[in-house]
Amino acid sequence: MALDPAYLEYPRRRHGYDHDLYPWSALHQRPPVAWPGGKGVAVWLCVSLEWFPILPQDAPFRAPGHMQTAYPDYRHYTAREYGTRIGMYRLLDACAKAGVRMSVATNGAIAERYPQLVREIVEAGHEIIAHSTDMNGTIASGLPIEEERALIAASLDALQAVTGTRPAGWLSIARSQSWNTVNLLEEAGLSYCCDWVNDELPWRFANGLINLPLNHELSDRQVITVQQQSVDSYARQIEDACDWLAGEARSHGGRMLPIHLTPYISALPYRIDAIDALLARLAARQDTWFATGGEIAACWAGQVSA
Amino acid sequence: MREGAGDPGLYDFQPYRGRGKITWPGGKTVAVWVAPNLEYYEIDPPAHPRRKAWARPHPDVVGYAHRDHSNRVSHWRMAEVMSKHGFPGSVSLSVALCQHHPEVVADGAARGWEFFSHGIYNTRYAYEMSEEQEREIIADSIRTVREATGQTIRGWLAPALTHTPRTLDLIAEMGLDYTCDLYHDDQPQWVKVRQGSLVSIPYSLEVNDHYGFFVYNMSPREYADTLIRQFERLAAEGEQSGTVMCIPLHAYLIGQPHRIGPFEEALRHIAADGRAWIARAGEIVDAWKGQQ
Repeated sequence: MALDPAYLEYPRRRHGYDHDLYPWSALHQRPPVAWPGGKGVAVWLCVSLEWFPILPQDAPFRAPGHMQTAYPDYRHYTAREYGTRIGMYRLLDACAKAGVRMSVATNGAIAERYPQLVREIVEAGHEIIAHSTDMNGTIASGLPIEEERALIAASLDALQAVTGTRPAGWLSIARSQSWNTVNLLEEAGLSYCCDWVNDELPWRFANGLINLPLNHELSDRQVITVQQQSVDSYARQIEDACDWLAGEARSHGGRMLPIHLTPYISALPYRIDAIDALLARLAARQDTWFATGGEIAACWAGQVSA
Repeated sequence: MREGAGDPGLYDFQPYRGRGKITWPGGKTVAVWVAPNLEYYEIDPPAHPRRKAWARPHPDVVGYAHRDHSNRVSHWRMAEVMSKHGFPGSVSLSVALCQHHPEVVADGAARGWEFFSHGIYNTRYAYEMSEEQEREIIADSIRTVREATGQTIRGWLAPALTHTPRTLDLIAEMGLDYTCDLYHDDQPQWVKVRQGSLVSIPYSLEVNDHYGFFVYNMSPREYADTLIRQFERLAAEGEQSGTVMCIPLHAYLIGQPHRIGPFEEALRHIAADGRAWIARAGEIVDAWKGQQ
């Protein structure tokens, strides 16, 4: 018994990465970044606003949170809609109360179906990030490049039709990309994506696109839904993270705390009070700067050479 | 091992009662070692007939990027906290990291850390390798770590915990003297090998941060409490005969901003207790061998 000899060959064993998508760089060896007002921690609240068709598609894969029972899956279809009809308004109120702005990663279908909600989000000063078409709009290698290009354009067109502005940011469903995605996003005129969770500050791909890392480990989906922890534990973890990053900021320069929330997870009646209180406490700190993804990316880009 | 037998014949039954007393330097009751896994996962590795590297089509962006976080961000954070409280690392190293990110390896070496091999990449599995192929990855490991750090590796933690029936025999034959792949004891134990000798040093899956966070779904504070409980019990039992506690880590897990603070409290607790002999794997193996 033996493996194919090629299995013991390593053609990309070299300094840097085994790919050319972005250059190797360690955070602690980079020049420090400064945020406005000398704040230590940029807090980026990002909410995913999604529409799940009751007819799920499995190509390239079924999105997290999608339908689970045999057709018709009323329970998941309507529970996700609850997040959009009710929960999103609770999150808008929580931001207003705390006096902070957020990014809302929005499916194009939300703009087509519920333009009033999207306009209210924009009027409150929040940023719209493009988040595919609907929750069947998943991306992975194997999706034909023309279909992926069309999916990105359809998402941007639908959002722009309602907001009047072409989104600058992109979040893929489940942060999943194909080998083509980084180039297609750049070609579509986007300035940043949020999918690569390898860092805690923005960085650039080789093609110039910025990556603004939206840490999945700090998301309500990961902590509450996957790891089955309480919202109180979630709030504690976010504040522990903020404390740590604020400490690092004092010696290493500005840090970023991404908080990724989902209306149908965090904005339920028994959880939203803890989220309200968390945002209020974070906003009251002297060392935090709440900003949208676009603002953080632009502030960072203004300080580093391309 | 005895290939094909129900009992692989790795060791004799040696019950916890009636063993000779193990003593650690300075009269400490528990030898504590920290084992950061410094790994490189390939974005597009070749397929292995027995195991898929990634759950998704390549590139598995979250899977790859999460692990990349270790090298870009969290290694540095974790290492600083370990050094601050006096814990050296004994590194389970994907040796290709010496080529890809030598800065990370050099940082560990400068902190006085010990390196052992965790294979070439954590995306290349040993299952179904021929004896010659397996010898090649062991020789590659010895050569690569020697060139990068000047150290001669003594230990092995199989890449992604993938073995062949020959792994333990081959590492012993090629001069390594400890394995981290067996989980049957809280004290070092001899392992039966074809030629030479080999010691099993207690590693741990149960208090591995990967199990803590993704098998048992612990919060950061629950995991820190788990480490303290593990320590308290092993330190107490170690009054009868010295025990070993290993804390196996992955920077991309323990070095996340919401986890590192509670983890630092666990290290602070262990360092302040007074019963811990904080050591490297090779020192623990040597101290134990000296009493056999």
